[in-house]
Amino acid sequence: MGVNNRITIFDIINYTLFALFTLACFFPFYYLFINTISSNDLSSRGLVMFYPQEIHFNNYIEVFKIPGLGQATFVSFARTVIGTLLTVAASGFLGYLFSKPTMWGRKFWYRFLIATMYFNAGLIPWFLIMLKLGLFNNFLAYVVPGIVSPFFIILVKTFVESTPISLQESAQLDGAGNMTIFWKIVMPLITPILATIAIFTAIGQWNSFQDTLFLVTDSNLFTLQFILYRYFNGATSLATLMQSGASDTNLANIQTATSIRTTISMVVVIPILLVYPFFQRFFVKGIMIGAVKG
Amino acid sequence: MGAKLNGQAYTTAAVKQFRFKEKYTLFLMALPFLVLVFLFAYLPLYGWIYAFYDYRPGIPLSQTEFVGLQWFTSLVSNPYQMEEVLRVLRNTFAISTLGILTSVLPVIFAIFLMEIKSPSFKKIVQTLTTLPNFISWVLVYSFAFMLFSVDNGFLNNLLMNMGLIERPLNILASDNHTWLSMTLWGVWKGLGWGAILYIAAITGIDPELYEAARVDGAGRFRLMWHVTVPGIMPTFFVLLILGIAGFINNGFEQYFVFSNAMNMSKIEVLDLYVYNVGVVNNNFGFATAVSILKSIVSLILLFAANSLSKLVRGEGVI
Repeated sequence: MGVNNRITIFDIINYTLFALFTLACFFPFYYLFINTISSNDLSSRGLVMFYPQEIHFNNYIEVFKIPGLGQATFVSFARTVIGTLLTVAASGFLGYLFSKPTMWGRKFWYRFLIATMYFNAGLIPWFLIMLKLGLFNNFLAYVVPGIVSPFFIILVKTFVESTPISLQESAQLDGAGNMTIFWKIVMPLITPILATIAIFTAIGQWNSFQDTLFLVTDSNLFTLQFILYRYFNGATSLATLMQSGASDTNLANIQTATSIRTTISMVVVIPILLVYPFFQRFFVKGIMIGAVKG
Repeated sequence: MGAKLNGQAYTTAAVKQFRFKEKYTLFLMALPFLVLVFLFAYLPLYGWIYAFYDYRPGIPLSQTEFVGLQWFTSLVSNPYQMEEVLRVLRNTFAISTLGILTSVLPVIFAIFLMEIKSPSFKKIVQTLTTLPNFISWVLVYSFAFMLFSVDNGFLNNLLMNMGLIERPLNILASDNHTWLSMTLWGVWKGLGWGAILYIAAITGIDPELYEAARVDGAGRFRLMWHVTVPGIMPTFFVLLILGIAGFINNGFEQYFVFSNAMNMSKIEVLDLYVYNVGVVNNNFGFATAVSILKSIVSLILLFAANSLSKLVRGEGVI
């Protein structure tokens, strides 16, 4: 929208500020990464600041020798995959059902669902009910409570309603039942919105931390996020972990508190970085439709 | 769907019967999910009765003393508790107010990003500034620890190498500027993401408006002020209203991961306080009482915000 092509003082300041903020956003990722691939000795003394030194990739092998870390990675992946599948399927199906004006008590049940966005019983009542439902130290606590998400259902319902109803009607006249119509007619139409939901659910599942904190004491169900938190919190003795990783004879690269923390952080962030370029195009869609009905 | 309707043989009666059956089939298909909603959203409300008992974990509620409104009245009658709650409310209000003040930053970000002429630079800025939105607060804390730790953190090493400080600063374990630093982490994480909505809104502004203004001799800043800003005001207003509705819901995770013994008095917002009282100190009754009050106040705020929205733009936000 420039009036002419002169570079003004405004442009210089503008570019500089954006460059600085972008750097501030990106630098922490870079800083942790160069520390995981540099000499552990230098890194733990804080000497790796701007570029990697004495590059090695041992940490990424050693870190999985820590007892429980492989399991935690598995749990994190499992909850992400299973939780996302369940939420996407339920959001698609319920969005379709609620788009049907013929449903018995539709208005009431829809409000029954949407109202839950606006109240919250509070931590302790929620915790005690989860306990009563047998969801303490139970993998289902990761995936079941999130199955029905009012917000996603609004998205799908709005989307289904924007597609031509004649498609569904003609299938109905051909004798197709609701399930057939959903699978054969509606599903292909709503794929774009389901993809958006899948991405946001998957990121949420991967990043989830509170449910483990409140509902899990069994170390077999710990997630990567939770383990990472414990290493910063000092709740787990890093010293014993370092002992177990000390089989490596290269003393400069013996596992240190810093190397364990940075490497697990990278293990947590790398899957997100890997899928990030692919889901960027869903951003605007995801956020825009969300704004239609806050 | 038993009613198979073949060819042209369907009558009005058959259609009616089909409709009648379908009505309930659709409901029955939704029922299992509605049960889940009941279990995870409505059933916990039953747990509000714990606020009226002196409940301790492990002892059944039937053998627990009924204390009536004791937990509620202790909020005002017990000076120690009142002082504590006031401190928590102060933290909550301060951090929320700073959050609302900084909600104008994504607007500025979007407007000024539009002035960047190089498409590749713009793309890089957008890609990298949105990234922090997709990492967990645990990971943000991991970054904070590596960068600002007193013990060989990046910033301390940098400042010491440059000779600006002699002893490392303990930024993370300090209660100076806790409100501000929490707000800044929020900005770091959310600014790029928050701007996307405004960028989309700006893209949606009719280019003819810019043309017309330019013909009238408007410069860059006049275009921003008289065309872009009015164009994105409705979006900003909706988000502001939602921000007001969520004024006492700061969330939990950010404050939990950043909290430590040194900064607890400044970082303890309502959600963290409920956790500390209930889970850490096992005072389930009082924690539930605080949750109930918080739920009621946030509902009132939501309806107030909704009415305000109806008044100003003739349309609610819920």
